[in-house]
Amino acid sequence: MTAGAAAPPPDLPVALPGDEDGPVFEEAWQAEAVALTVGLVGAGVFTWADWTAALSAAIAAAQAAGDPDLGDTYYEHWVTALEALCGRTGVAVDAEVDRHADAWRAAYLRTPHGRPVVLDPHDVEVGTRGSFRPPDAHG
Amino acid sequence: MGHDHDHDHDQDQDQDHSDVPPPLALRVKALQSVLAAKSIVSEATVDRIVDAYEHRIGPHLGAGVIARAWIDPAFRERLLADGTEAARDHGIRGLDPGVRLVVVENTADVHNVVVCTLCSCYPLQLLGMPPVWYKSAPYRSRVVQDPRGVLAEFGTDVDDDVEVRVWDSNSEVRYLVLPERPAGTDELDEAALAALVGRNAMVGVEHVLPPADPPPAP
Repeated sequence: MTAGAAAPPPDLPVALPGDEDGPVFEEAWQAEAVALTVGLVGAGVFTWADWTAALSAAIAAAQAAGDPDLGDTYYEHWVTALEALCGRTGVAVDAEVDRHADAWRAAYLRTPHGRPVVLDPHDVEVGTRGSFRPPDAHG
Repeated sequence: MGHDHDHDHDQDQDQDHSDVPPPLALRVKALQSVLAAKSIVSEATVDRIVDAYEHRIGPHLGAGVIARAWIDPAFRERLLADGTEAARDHGIRGLDPGVRLVVVENTADVHNVVVCTLCSCYPLQLLGMPPVWYKSAPYRSRVVQDPRGVLAEFGTDVDDDVEVRVWDSNSEVRYLVLPERPAGTDELDEAALAALVGRNAMVGVEHVLPPADPPPAP
């Protein structure tokens, strides 16, 4: 597995929304979702061909479910595809993501306004409600 | 959703804590921390990539390639023969060797337009983030069926005797349009030419226009 020392960002073979003046992410999570995807390709977890297939499938499924697909829901499709590929490759399965999402929610709720929100590893290891048994607990 | 009275069971406006992000943002945060905890994609990597896409990469990079092709015939030849290699030589970073960059040249006889009908493949490394319309379903389908109609909506006239070619990108090939150099720009240097080249021209939905004001007298 590779970590921090990845190559420069590759040429993303898929488009990202922007405005008439150039690159823009409307919200930070959109940029983070893209960066995670680039990082996962860089780490060799999946290929851009895998990604294109997953994103196309997510878009097609959303259209079939009634999404007019005018561009404003693009990053929703992106996250759907990202979660699907992370689950399929095993790097982040639903249960893990759920657990971390709960931990983040708890972190926001306990952090005063204006303070950096930090995830406590304890939240993730034991769960926020004391009911979680980690599959791979150690230390 | 759908309750006829908006009963907020999280009555917490008066509590001093941070707002929990909306569900999608929270999912992305969770994915990020799972992958960081497993040392698959570090936080530093995510930060670096975000910074690059937000600040470093944009249409000015592609415009530099186009301007050089206009003034350097040997570079133009190389760019049309092997776009990936020529762009890399020009200093475009991060080009994926597994994805071919194909540069298609507009001429007096041919006008090229780029689309990705399947999703939204795009030469991000040269153009940055594309506009919303590029990845919208209407553009993706209509530019194939009625390219002249779509071009007209961009205010772009293409004479009837000019052939319009639509190039459908995919995960192995991305396209960049080499627009026609506008008339009256013989005096301009490479940087001044690059300033004329907009993203839409490199996607093929607009022409490159001559400078609005004549260049200052030498």
